[in-house]
Amino acid sequence: MTGIVLNEELSRTSLIFIYAAMAFYTVAFITFVWHLTRLSSEKKKIRKSADALEKAGLWILGIAAATHGAGVVMRGISASRVPWANMYEFSISGSFIIVAIFLCALVVRDIRVIAAFVSAFALLVLGAATTLFYVQVKTLMPALQSYWLVIHVTVAVLATSFFFIAAALSIAFLFAQAKWVKNGKGNITKLIRRVLSVFPKPKKMERLSYRFNVIGMILWTFTLIAGAIWAQKAWHRFWGWDTKEVWTFIIWTIYAGYAHARATRGWDGARAAWLSVVGFVAVLFNFTIVNLFFKGLHVYSGLK
Amino acid sequence: MDSSQQSESSPESNAESTQTTGTELSRDAQQAPSAPNSPSIGILGWLRWTWRQLTSMRTALILLLLLAAAAIPGSVYPQRSADPNGVTQFFQQQPDLAGWLDKAQLFDVYSSTWFSSIYLLLFISLIGCVVPRTLVHAKALVAKPVPTPTNLSRMPAHKETVLGDKKLAKLESSKKADLLHRGFERLKRQGYRVERQGDSISAERGYLRETGNLVFHVALIGVLFAVGFGGAYSYSGQRVLVVGDTFVNNLAGYDSFSPGPFFNQSELAPFRMTLTDFQSDFDIRNKTNLNTPLDFRAYVTSQVGMDGTPKKSVIRVNYPLEMPNASVYLTGNGFAPVLTFKDASGKVSFSGPVIYLPQDDKYTSLGVIKLPDAKPKQFGVISFFYPAAGKLPSGALTSVSPIAVNPMVTMSVYIGNLGLDSGVPQNVFTLNVHGLKQVAGGKAKTKGVELRVGETKTLPGGLGTVKFETFKRFASLDISYNPAQGWVLFFALLSLAGLITSFLVPRRRVWIRRTANGFEVAALARGDDPLLEKVVEDLSAFLGSKKSAKAPKAQTTKAKTPGKKKDKE
Ligand code: HEM
Repeated sequence: MTGIVLNEELSRTSLIFIYAAMAFYTVAFITFVWHLTRLSSEKKKIRKSADALEKAGLWILGIAAATHGAGVVMRGISASRVPWANMYEFSISGSFIIVAIFLCALVVRDIRVIAAFVSAFALLVLGAATTLFYVQVKTLMPALQSYWLVIHVTVAVLATSFFFIAAALSIAFLFAQAKWVKNGKGNITKLIRRVLSVFPKPKKMERLSYRFNVIGMILWTFTLIAGAIWAQKAWHRFWGWDTKEVWTFIIWTIYAGYAHARATRGWDGARAAWLSVVGFVAVLFNFTIVNLFFKGLHVYSGLK
Repeated sequence: MDSSQQSESSPESNAESTQTTGTELSRDAQQAPSAPNSPSIGILGWLRWTWRQLTSMRTALILLLLLAAAAIPGSVYPQRSADPNGVTQFFQQQPDLAGWLDKAQLFDVYSSTWFSSIYLLLFISLIGCVVPRTLVHAKALVAKPVPTPTNLSRMPAHKETVLGDKKLAKLESSKKADLLHRGFERLKRQGYRVERQGDSISAERGYLRETGNLVFHVALIGVLFAVGFGGAYSYSGQRVLVVGDTFVNNLAGYDSFSPGPFFNQSELAPFRMTLTDFQSDFDIRNKTNLNTPLDFRAYVTSQVGMDGTPKKSVIRVNYPLEMPNASVYLTGNGFAPVLTFKDASGKVSFSGPVIYLPQDDKYTSLGVIKLPDAKPKQFGVISFFYPAAGKLPSGALTSVSPIAVNPMVTMSVYIGNLGLDSGVPQNVFTLNVHGLKQVAGGKAKTKGVELRVGETKTLPGGLGTVKFETFKRFASLDISYNPAQGWVLFFALLSLAGLITSFLVPRRRVWIRRTANGFEVAALARGDDPLLEKVVEDLSAFLGSKKSAKAPKAQTTKAKTPGKKKDKE
């Protein structure tokens, strides 16, 4: 470890790439929103011509992701290690994986409906990362020098990505099946209905959301177990109800509740979808509020 | 779709109620007595009703959500188990509130009555749920596939293929090429349990899904028991070793020791361990990262039993030393200046290394020395050690680096009754200055004592002299043992394996029926099955086109997937 030379120059270049990615995400987001407003038009012709916009949006999102990915890789190289040892790095890596998984998933499943949501989320996370969480490139503190950093965190990021996509689909589902959307007479509800009419049926979105949550749950269970194994080595016990452990447990329990809800009459559908949203809110809470304001052993934000 | 008898009705499995299967979960479906407190059902009925409620999936779901909610306060308030100092502080800052919170067990959430009740209820519910399910599943494992339903078109995936007589004849030119026979063979190859029932075939696969689900739930019980057992028999203790010191693994060897309720001394395996050296690395190359710790290494020589061969090892953060019935962890380190105090007559009243606790990341460290036997009067010393002494703009001393480039010790001296004979236990790291008189340092007339390595200074008021001989490093070690740790891991991984299986193995039934002028294929999934429709498509395509029979393409008249026709995939 003594020999590590941090490459400041490269980490600055990395930051420039992250800013550039934010610009691309902004353009992508505007394009997707523009697409949606066109979809909501009453004129069929305008709706038909919207496809080109969506395609353009996806291309821009792809460019944003590539720029973003390059920024993440440079940050890693500049520190000679995986780029997720503090909140800034976890945010840029995590949001990149979310976008990457979204783009990959598009190939096998039609989840375009959440494209605007994904670009906005990536933009927000990068915004928070660069303004609130930014720290200069640092070496790893001894407690983080372990291959478990690679395993535990990679899987946690992946789980978060799947949960995110699932939650976004659940939100879309909740909109699509909400009574006020279905029966509303106002212009806005009509507009929402027209937009939704192009997207998969509510039931389909709900099922897709479930499939993403399933993968998320498997990965989250693994994260929890890997965290416990690591805690045994770093903190001398596999479980000690540290604040981060508590929230990992809470999140796991909420998703277990979700799995049961989905198989329980009266709880499937909207209630399960709400649990999927609540679960993801807990994931976000765990990463932001718990990291920054709760006392615990996971004090790796790198912020003072 | 008919879901009248369906209890656990995930959207895809609604149609399953047309056929009740062995593995159906029917607890919820059993009619609960309409009025549980109506006098006619009696105690027994009431008990049965309660039990059924408790083991219902809805109860499990609510208990899970309750458990999640109940865990939250433990992350808000400091917990005695994880952060005892935080609790003490809370009591000092808000004694009234703390008293109330303590009554509600909010400083011990995870061992509180209410938290325990929730998870115990949940696990009782779990056992009550899993046992009958296991029995039902065991029967299902040896049962034959269900009779083919009369109306296949009601299944969620269904396709009817109509063939001309000629084509049919060509497709079934020999007994071997019989349509149902070929379907039978193909499904068998794909791992289905298949039965021919006259003019139809009934097949089922994916029993592993339910097996996985049961394994998952049972393994959770395993985790709970292993954690409980481990907690009862575990121990953990702390010991600070200065370089050169030896730790012997018996109760007297520990500075502090916390055993589980069933701990017994024979668990302490005989071994000894000497700290031979301690080294730390800090970053001195990268400007933005200056003085960040890079590595801590405790070099030890350990020996198992009375006459085992000595073995050299290095303990680092994340890399504990494994000893019999114990893992030894490096939890902290610091400096231990070696000091010699002599009284006015030249007699040594104290000599040796003193543990100074680091106060900041540059290792400005605080040490306390009590000299109850000093002549002519007892006195105490509050002392700082600076590995790299420097001055703040205010003139106060501080350490500017964690590396010992300019070591210095300062001391404030207090005289008076140290209270060591009073029988009240005292923390060796603090000096209660209440009732003592400061004679050097602070507001006292005499300045505090400042010493560099090798220097000797005279103490005020005829208290003698002090010499800063040299300094050593110390390492704080945590020695702990949990006999069930391996079991916890085993059950945790088992439950993960069960979870993956139960989520990813599709459980489905497939039927083929010969019709007058073709055949029907239908399928039904239990739980989520993304491939259901594709299975029906593929099987129909296979049955309708036999290469060897050189049959012309079958013409499809009806493809039906209720309610999903226009879904985009
Ligand atoms: C500690 C308590 C429990 C936990 C953590 C837990 C967790 C889970 C999880 C994560 C799943 C997802 C697997 C899947 O959907 O296939 C699941 C499924 C299931 N659990 Fe539990 N469970 C618990 C208690 C119970 C209880 C008490 C019951 C019975 C009343 C139960 C019945 C089921 C059933 C039937 C499924 C399969 C649902 C389906 O078909 O999708 N579980 N459980």
